Parts: sequence; structure tokens; C-alpha cells
Amino acid sequence: MTSLPKKTQKKLGLVTDLDICVGCHACAVSCKEWNASGHSAPLTDSDAYGKDPSGVWFNRVHVYETDDGHNTRTVNFPRSCLHCEQPACVTVCPTGASYKREEDGIVLVDAEKCIGCKLCSWACPYGAREYDADDGIMKKCTLCIDRIYNENLEESERQPACVIACPARARHFGDLGDPESDISRLVEQRGGYALMPETGYQPVNKYLPPRPRKDRAGDTGTTDHLEAAEDSSSGSSFFSWLDKALSR
Amino acid sequence: MDPAYSVILFTSASGAGYGLIAWLAFTRLSGFWQLSPLAAGITCLVALALITTGLLSSTFHLGHPERAWRAMSQWRSSWLSREGIFAILTYPAALIFTAGWFWSIIPASIMNAAAAATLLLSVITVISTGMIYASLTTIPRWNNAWVVPVYVALAIASGGLLFSIALAVSGAANQPTMVLMMAVLLVSWAVKWAYWRYIDRQSPASTTATATGLGHLGQVSQLEAPHTSENYLLKEMGFEVARKHATKLRRMALNFGLLLPGILLVLAGVSNGLVQLALLALALCFGLGGVVIERWLFFAEARHAVTLFYGRSL
Repeated sequence: MTSLPKKTQKKLGLVTDLDICVGCHACAVSCKEWNASGHSAPLTDSDAYGKDPSGVWFNRVHVYETDDGHNTRTVNFPRSCLHCEQPACVTVCPTGASYKREEDGIVLVDAEKCIGCKLCSWACPYGAREYDADDGIMKKCTLCIDRIYNENLEESERQPACVIACPARARHFGDLGDPESDISRLVEQRGGYALMPETGYQPVNKYLPPRPRKDRAGDTGTTDHLEAAEDSSSGSSFFSWLDKALSR
Repeated sequence: MDPAYSVILFTSASGAGYGLIAWLAFTRLSGFWQLSPLAAGITCLVALALITTGLLSSTFHLGHPERAWRAMSQWRSSWLSREGIFAILTYPAALIFTAGWFWSIIPASIMNAAAAATLLLSVITVISTGMIYASLTTIPRWNNAWVVPVYVALAIASGGLLFSIALAVSGAANQPTMVLMMAVLLVSWAVKWAYWRYIDRQSPASTTATATGLGHLGQVSQLEAPHTSENYLLKEMGFEVARKHATKLRRMALNFGLLLPGILLVLAGVSNGLVQLALLALALCFGLGGVVIERWLFFAEARHAVTLFYGRSL
């Protein structure tokens, strides 16, 4: 059914810290590695070693530059499915292949039902869905559904592959529907935000903004103004005369 | 958006088909024109053939055409699903009322009810087609009140050009009828013109700054793309047509879709027999050509929100 559940018991999702993401693409590569043999496998590549490679990825890392007129900043920005509360990618699906789970809010595609009409990818403003031309069906982030509930894995490993792979600990996984969860607290403390809120899709995933930069004297606790050191050459002393004489 | 030929063919062919069957049903209900059973039968078959061509072409663009039947199931939430259901329901209704022209055993009441159903279903089907696009908030150039009227108006106009040929064959393509068809053509392209005017003036709220949420840090631009070659997103949703080409193509669409068929309809109004038929056939070719150009532009000019992440604007 492509009608949405009125309420989901949990809102599982990711929080990405843009302040500490180093843009190493480990999340994207690790995601590709796990999911290439996971729930939505394979994530087909074409011309992988040729001149024009393309393929299905659930995670894409952009790099942006911001410019406030004085300073520029580089912000690394991983982009993946936000498991929205109002995902139009689900409601536009004509077959019922796309669905949002009532128990945890994860948005998935049923590979047996998808006809590959691509309309869901048109309905997603976040570019979360990528079509697999080989399989003829749409694919998307599963929030590593085959990891997070997988009892064959150590409990510490029951997290999405991207979260585990991140060497900077910029990615966090948890229940964003529970205000007491660690991840919700993190969002609260750091002013986490949703992307393109004007779409009304209500993304579950949140992003933590880059922290304000300490780029002025004073920001770091030092005095914000330093007096210029006295210029010894300006006096009419003997040494000044000597300096001039020797500089000739 | 990528102007896929299958979708352009689907929307223009099935639009003309539903327009044609609507004109035939209207004729049955109103008795405005007298059609011979043969002309009515052929008109119905041509309409259904166009609709079928369109539906098949849209099916072929699927990744799994053999599962197409599943697309009827989600009518509660999906306009694509609704379109499929209404499209299929039109077939029996159209066949029943057309059969009435041949077999007098079908009572007039049933025939009229089927004709009314056909008229309604064909309009609703085209509205559903328009709503598939108009309901996508991700594409501001589609997500507006002009899209559905454009689809309906152009379906009626292109169906009208086809219907004129059926009338000419039956000797019913008189002067007032040609004037009516011209008026329909004029109104439908006026609606399209209003759509173009609207999209040229709209200023979408979403930008790369709102997409990334980094606007508070200043101007946001993409420094480095996530991948070195094109991906599905950019191929499917990143297609862009240069503004100067778009302007030229709009003019071409108006010339082919409105001006040339308009002149030919005037000439057809003052001629008869084979000459009239030839003029109307030519008007149809130009008219459909205009719709195909219009449909290509409808896709090519549409910009998708995901391109904001790649540093573009809507």
C-alpha cells in the first residue's frame, strides 16, 4: 500500500554532522560495499572501469563552498535518503512497491512489485532514489535494514554501514521519534535541521550545522586587539644612524 | 527533465485519442453532426488505436513491462494508478456506444449512457495524466494550476483536428464547424501561452542554500561534485535546454500547432470533397507536430529540485 501510515512507532534515521565530516567518501564506499550484496543487491555498475562509469549509489558526498563576503568555508555534505515522514516518493507509486514501514518509518522498495516507472525518483527532491537499469527497478537506501536488526552481527555492529565506516564519527544512527534518545538530544543541542523544509516532506534525518568559526582575534580567548610593537628604527638614536649607514 | 520519446509519444498520442473519442461521444449525445455508421466506427477505432499506441509506448519505457498490471492497484494515492484505471475503463464504454451505430438491438438509453461515460472518462483520464505532473512539488514548472488545463485543452484541440477528418468524410465539415475547430485551437494554445507566461515569471522558493541548509554561512556554491561522470539523477532530471532554443521552439510549436492548422481550417471551410480532406489531413499533421514540440519542451524546460544539490537553480 502506498498510502502512508498515520504514525510510525519509531522514526529511525541518521544525523550527519557537517562540522566534522571530512569528505572522505568512506560512508559512500562502505554503503556500496554492504548493499551490493544486501537487501537491494546488486547495486549495478556499468562501464565501471571504462571512460564513462555510472552506477547505483545510495550515498553521495557533495562539497560546497560558502562565501559570506569576508570568508569562505568548505563544507563536506553527504546526501542520502532522509526517510521522510511525508514521502511523496511512496504516495506516487502506482504499484505499491514503495512503502513506509509502520514499525520504524523506514522507506523501502519491494523489488518484486516495482515496475521501474521512475515516477518515485521524480517525486523525491533529495535525489535519494537511483534507477538500476540492469534490474529494471528503482533502488534506494534501506537504512541497512539487513544490519540493524541482524542478530548474526555483534550488537555494536547493528548500525548502518555508513555510520560504522565514518572515521570522523560524523554520522549517527538512532530513533529520532524518541526525544530522550542520544541522537535526538544531539539534534537538540546542536540545532540540527531538515533539508529543504519548504517541500513539506518532513525529513526524519537531520543535519548538524558547521559550528561558528573562530576566525577573529578574541574568538579564541586572546586579546582581540594587539598593540604594534615599538619600531626601534624610527628614533634618532645612534643605532638608527648606524642602521641607515650600513643599509646603503 | 529528460524528454523521453516514449513519454512524449504517449502523452501526445493518447491525448489526441481521448480528444477524438470525446468528440465522437459528444456527437452521439448532442446530435450536432450526422455521421455515417462507417465513419463513426472508424473514428472510434482510430481513437482507440491512438490510445493503445500511447499506453503501449508508456509501458515499453518501464523497467518491467510484464508487471504493468500492478499499476492499477494504488488508486487511493497515486495519479499514475488512477490514470491507468480510467484509461482502461474508457475502452468498453467507447466500444458500447459506437456499436450502437451498427446494431439497433442496443437501446438508445444504454448507448447514450455509454457515450456520456466515455466523454467523462476520457476527460478524467487526460486530467489524471496532467495531475501526474502537476502533483510533483519537486518540479515548480509542473506543480502549478496551468498544467492540467493545458493537457485537457490540447487533447480536445488535437482530437478536434482528427475529428474534422471524420466529419469531412461524412460530408459534415461545414463552415461553422471549421470555425468552431479553429476557436478550440486558438483557446487551447492561449492556455499554453498563459502557462509559458506563468513559468517565465515564477520564482521558486528552493535554492541550493535551502537544499543544503547552509544559507546562513553566505552564498552557497558547489565546489566539488560527488561523482566525476553523469549519474542517473543528472541524466533523468538534469536535462536542460538553452533559453534561446526554448524561445525558438515555442515559436515553432505555435506556428505548427496553431497558425498553420488555423489557415488550413479556413481554407477547408471554403472547399469540399477531396481538396477539403487533403487540407484537413495537412492541418492534422501540422497540429500534431505542434503538440509534439510543445510536449518535448514541457519536459526539457522543467527543472528538478535535486539539481539544486548540484549547484543549479530552479
